[in-house]
Amino acid sequence: MNTKAERRQLQIHVLRYNPQDPDSPPRMQTYEIEEADNMTLFMVLTDIGEHQDASLQFDFVCRAGICGSCSMLINGRPGLACRTLTKNLGEKITLAPLPTFELIADLSVNTGKWMRAMSERLETWCHNGDVVDLNKLEPRMEPELAEQIYELERCIECGCCIAACGTAQMKEKFTGAVGLNKIARFRLDPRDHRSDADYYEFIGDDDGIFGCMSLLGCNDLCPKDLPLQTQIAFLRRKMLLTGLKGNSSG
Amino acid sequence: MKIVYTDVLVIGGGLAGLRAAIAAKRRGHDVHILSLVPPKRSHSVAAQGGMQASIANSIKAAGDNEDLHFHDTVRGSDWGADQNVVRMFVNTSPKAVRQLAAWGVPWNRVRKGEREVFIGGKSAMLTESEAAHGLITVRDFGGTQKWRTCFVSDGTGHSMLYTVSDQVIANSIPVTERVEAMSLIHDGQRCYGAIVRNLVTGELSAWVARATCMATGGFGRIYRVSTNAVINQGMGAAIALETGVATLANMEAIQFHPTAIFPAGILVTEGCRGDGGLLLDAQRHRFMPDYEAEKKELASRDVVSRRMEQHIASGAGVNTRYGDHLWLDITMLGEAHIDKNLREVREICQYFLGIDPVSDLIPVRPAQHYSMGGIRTRPSGESTNLKGLFACGEASCWDMHGFNRLGGNSVAETVVAGMIVGEYIADFCQGTDSDIDISTAQIADFMKREQQAIDSLLASQGTESAPDIMREMQTLMTDQVGIFRSHEQLQEAVEQLQLLRERSKDIGLSYKSPAVNPELVTAYRVPRMLKLALCVAYGALQRTESRGAHYREDYPKRNDRDWLRRTLATWPSSEQSLPNLAYEELDVMSMELPPGWRGYGEKDFIEHPHAASRLAEIERIKQNMPDADRHEIQSALMTYEELLPARYRGRNQRLRDVSE
Ligand SMILES: Cc1cc2nc3c(=O)[nH]c(=O)nc-3n(C[C@H](O)[C@H](O)[C@H](O)COP(=O)(O)OP(=O)(O)OC[C@H]3O[C@@H](n4cnc5c(N)ncnc54)[C@H](O)[C@@H]3O)c2cc1C
Repeated sequence: MNTKAERRQLQIHVLRYNPQDPDSPPRMQTYEIEEADNMTLFMVLTDIGEHQDASLQFDFVCRAGICGSCSMLINGRPGLACRTLTKNLGEKITLAPLPTFELIADLSVNTGKWMRAMSERLETWCHNGDVVDLNKLEPRMEPELAEQIYELERCIECGCCIAACGTAQMKEKFTGAVGLNKIARFRLDPRDHRSDADYYEFIGDDDGIFGCMSLLGCNDLCPKDLPLQTQIAFLRRKMLLTGLKGNSSG
Repeated sequence: MKIVYTDVLVIGGGLAGLRAAIAAKRRGHDVHILSLVPPKRSHSVAAQGGMQASIANSIKAAGDNEDLHFHDTVRGSDWGADQNVVRMFVNTSPKAVRQLAAWGVPWNRVRKGEREVFIGGKSAMLTESEAAHGLITVRDFGGTQKWRTCFVSDGTGHSMLYTVSDQVIANSIPVTERVEAMSLIHDGQRCYGAIVRNLVTGELSAWVARATCMATGGFGRIYRVSTNAVINQGMGAAIALETGVATLANMEAIQFHPTAIFPAGILVTEGCRGDGGLLLDAQRHRFMPDYEAEKKELASRDVVSRRMEQHIASGAGVNTRYGDHLWLDITMLGEAHIDKNLREVREICQYFLGIDPVSDLIPVRPAQHYSMGGIRTRPSGESTNLKGLFACGEASCWDMHGFNRLGGNSVAETVVAGMIVGEYIADFCQGTDSDIDISTAQIADFMKREQQAIDSLLASQGTESAPDIMREMQTLMTDQVGIFRSHEQLQEAVEQLQLLRERSKDIGLSYKSPAVNPELVTAYRVPRMLKLALCVAYGALQRTESRGAHYREDYPKRNDRDWLRRTLATWPSSEQSLPNLAYEELDVMSMELPPGWRGYGEKDFIEHPHAASRLAEIERIKQNMPDADRHEIQSALMTYEELLPARYRGRNQRLRDVSE
């Protein structure tokens, strides 16, 4: 462990702007802080908020990499601040809010609103009529299938994939990897009775699967390592087929 | 003045609030949910290990049923729980799991044939039956006679919250995010909604409702070392307390979880031990069997946490510059198991400790984890004192956990309580009692009061810093109102907290924007958190016994003779420096399971004078019904069914009922 003398002085450059406050125009502001053992950006920002600048706005909830609240641009790359250790970064660290989402202030953006709109558009729930007798034994599911569904369900709606996406930055309504992954998840789930033709209605256009330019920033930056690349490629094939069928029959 | 009217105002977008909202909406009422954060970011998302329900599909759950779940929960509570509520809960929990399955939660399933498991660190082979293949499986958790915890890898809360939250969207229930309920609108008898602050614009509005449901979660952040999310500051319980009418119950009952990573305090699930992991000391010695021969690492949380601290105090911990810790060893489980079932744990260790639990030991020490206490309600979820105010989830105390909650019983509680309380809310809204007969002038008064409080904070020339007071409070609570408690420490804590409360009257702000302003938020929350902290510390000081998670070194025995009672706190006037405490007796003569030894932990307790006669009575009742089945016996001992909404009274089918 470092002795005090060897500890680094970190310089935290933050892109600041509070649209609610006329005295807070867009600007870079620098804070200095001494590094501590196993220091995360959660610790850095909390410390700055408590001791240096009470006006600095950022979002943390679980501070354990689970809830997806604290995504921001860390040296230009989208990531979860709470689990980013300063020791993996240089002495100069630049923080900025996630692009594409509505800015609340400083490092805080409105991912919640975006995600709810996406969920409403894609209807991200099992469509099955919900007629089960709760007293009866549950319908069976293959253990492997349950695990595969969970694999895709691990998305935490942090917005990193959207911030890393070329299309999403140009097209406001683009579903993005987060939405496409959800469709892949429900497609896999026999409890959702929608067919490919139904899914095609949701994502069979340039705002959906055909808008993806396969740059795959999403895949590289997903904090949960979701298999976005393979899922998007797979979904594109399925939707192409569905589109062809739809065109020939109709 | 902006006033919004709705039938049902649900404050809190975690599992409990969302589920209650769905119930009320499906009964045809207008429902609106408010939340500090997007619902999917609520703390429920962090639940890892699982949800208890006696569905009994796996071989290790064979024979499980509501009776065993009931017994385990009451023992776990150290007899503090309301046994009627526990019965309501255990009957509804399997239904909740099955409903969640229908809604899309990918519960892990039973796989037929042999599989290797670890029990007490040793490998064993289990054979799951063909008949159970594909049904929901369970893992082992502490304090249970059977394996009973349904799970989705170690992201159970995540899957549950996403599924329920998406159901809220499917049911077109509006959610207003980034708002905070600041006070409840009431007239001393009846609650009419809340004054709400928009955390982005700073604007206040009044939300007026027939029924108001507090589902605001726990208040772990009054402690410095806590597994809780940073937003778990207990504002729901605090504003209920500030009505001066509603009561908070058992606030001194605070759970400490055995395995928070050291020193960050982030949780690694009880599933680690349930799946076979062990606790080791500095010498790599497995010490739990020395203390708890029977349940070892899987005694209830209060007991394991205490034994760990006891062991550290005996000098057996690992010393570091941040203090001492112990080790959690899950290496024997192997990479495949860890990657499949303890995946978040692996990520947390990698990101926050730079270690890999597949090959490395995890440094752990107990940390504040759960608030058993909360807004006191009837079994219907309605406040005992304020009509139209309901509460459910961790924020509430309908009292199914007593003085210690079992792992896996909380996410189960959130959904079950949401189902039940949501029905009662709908019933209430259908009656004329829920008519909104409050004048606009009265509403305006509440609004004005909040606005003035904020304005005067912004204008304050005070010299105290809100974050400083917050930190001092948290440190005090962790150091003095922790796992081991004593008169001197608690007395001192109460005095110090009172001083902090005085100082909090002189808070000044360095940033004075009325809109988005984290310092302002801390400034108005700190005094409320101090009130909660005082309820905890003062309640703990008065309770001169040890029960569940509340352990007094100077009164180490559970004392049923004098303390088989629930603490009730009110704060009628903000001039008061302490809450008023009153006590509600638990009636031994109507208990289905009268107090006795829990089966783990200290064997010594002071008996309740009626315990023996109730026990004898129960024996008599049972002997008189030799041909009765377990349901008939249960009803003869305690009638709870009429407390359950009719739709949840049905019997739960199990595999053995089908195959027989
Ligand atoms: C790390 C961790 C792991 C856990 N694992 C398990 C487990 O495996 N099994 C288990 O059974 N239990 C577990 N628990 C406990 C369980 O997760 C919680 O008790 C439960 O999820 C609480 O749910 P809730 O709906 O009551 O509250 P929460 O999920 O905390 O939600 C509270 C909601 O209230 C809102 N809110 C709060 N105050 C206000 C206000 N003033 N105005 C407006 N909105 C407000 C918040 O925004 C939030 O939406 C765990 C707890 C922790 C800390």
